[in-house]
Amino acid sequence: MVKIKTSNLNLHFGQNHVLKNVNLEIEEKKITAIIGPSGCGKSTLLRTFNRMNDFKDDMKISGSIMVGDQDIYLDKIDLSHLRAKVGMVFQKPNPFPKSIYKNVSYGLDIQGKFSKSEIQAKVEESLCAAWLWEEVKDRLHSPAMSLSGGQQQRLCIARALANSPEVLLLDEPTSALDPQSTARIEELCVALKQRVSILIVTHNIAQAGRISDYTAFMYLGEVVEYADTSQMFTVPKDKRTEAYLNGVFG
Amino acid sequence: MRRKLNAKLGILSLYVAIAISIGFLLIFIFSIFYKGSSVLSWSFLFSAPRAAMTEGGIWPALVGTFWLSFLAVLISVPVGILSAVYLNCYAQKGNWVSLVKICVNTLAGIPSIIFGLFGMALFVNLMGFQVSLLSGALTLAVVSLPIVINASYEAISSVSGDFMEASYALGASKRQSILRIMIPTAMPNILTSVILVTGRVAGETAPIMFTAATFFNRQLPRSVFDEVMALPYHIFALMTEGTHADQQVPIAYGSALVLLLLVLLISGSALILRYQLRKKRQW
Repeated sequence: MVKIKTSNLNLHFGQNHVLKNVNLEIEEKKITAIIGPSGCGKSTLLRTFNRMNDFKDDMKISGSIMVGDQDIYLDKIDLSHLRAKVGMVFQKPNPFPKSIYKNVSYGLDIQGKFSKSEIQAKVEESLCAAWLWEEVKDRLHSPAMSLSGGQQQRLCIARALANSPEVLLLDEPTSALDPQSTARIEELCVALKQRVSILIVTHNIAQAGRISDYTAFMYLGEVVEYADTSQMFTVPKDKRTEAYLNGVFG
Repeated sequence: MRRKLNAKLGILSLYVAIAISIGFLLIFIFSIFYKGSSVLSWSFLFSAPRAAMTEGGIWPALVGTFWLSFLAVLISVPVGILSAVYLNCYAQKGNWVSLVKICVNTLAGIPSIIFGLFGMALFVNLMGFQVSLLSGALTLAVVSLPIVINASYEAISSVSGDFMEASYALGASKRQSILRIMIPTAMPNILTSVILVTGRVAGETAPIMFTAATFFNRQLPRSVFDEVMALPYHIFALMTEGTHADQQVPIAYGSALVLLLLVLLISGSALILRYQLRKKRQW
């Protein structure tokens, strides 16, 4: 099943042609990694899926992106709804300076249509799903900033999960973390694909190899190669992919 | 050798500069205490002036200063925070924001006596509030507005963009992100500056001279349209219009001491509050 489909996607920031004719089909409930050297447009591509590029004034986009059966660049689209359905976790753990509980309940609080007990249940469920419940269940009302970096990142994942997303976008989620926390987040991603489709941007080629089912290699705004991870990592079709995977540039 | 000497001279000049600043402060505080502490007592604080202000206390002035500062801050803080939110989040960056900021800074540099005249022209005469608590509080609010705007602007701009981004990514609108993330995160810094502004406003004399303060009023204000006594103006009146200098000068110093302690108390509580809030939410 295809969850996200981009057709002839082009994106400019001013004169800068950042994404060039991207055509991708992202599979449902799989992990798809986007790799490539710095500045190749992988984060920008990720941010087109929940329209986080909209804040840049000089952004121009053409082509289409379907999430499920909905074209998300139509004018009538409800951005709040889209961003709840397509959750995002950032490079640097960025929990709000609020309590652990309030961080997770935030997405539901702002929708204003859930009862207190519904929210409470969802907070617990999301923290469990992000493997954080056991560590924080006795101090749900302490500041989120008191958690360790790895815990904070799992809290950010729990926060996104509370909105019951269909897609989870991870923008280099482990690049600010130590190896142990990184391993735990990677295992968590693999577990989470039972319930959401995951797109992960990573600088870490080995990480893409370890956890992803599919990999897209981007270079200078183009998707050079998109294939089964095991296939791409053993027999890359394109010379540039091979060079990148072998560490010739990066 | 020469370099060493230069370094020593440089350090010495730093010490001298610090000694001068601290020295003057200490002498200043000491002399106020020395001249004012003789009249200080509970009855001085809690009774009204008597016998043509040669006896009695400062209670009406204390109450007047409290209401003037409280109302002024109550008016200027919401207006100031909303202006800062507008400048940060809604105004087109560029010439317009620069222009507004220049206006705000100019406002901050205007001598306070001019605010007094302005307050008299606008609130007392044109709007017809007469010389009253309300006119004085409004004038003081205008005096404190640029400080509140600048402090809130700084506090709000220092809120990390990461928080706002996270909020948007969870489906929050701009309004929700500002109300639920940006302002609460900036609040500790805004609050401290609000308290400091309160201290500043409590000590202002010129803006209330023509708009609110009265030389003598045994009654406490019963509504915002009453004239009030105020500590700084009380000191001014005792020193300039008194006819019994030997009795009134100590009372003036006593009032000055109370005002000084009041402002120190307010600033001190700002420091404690900031410390507590920083401790509570570390990031």
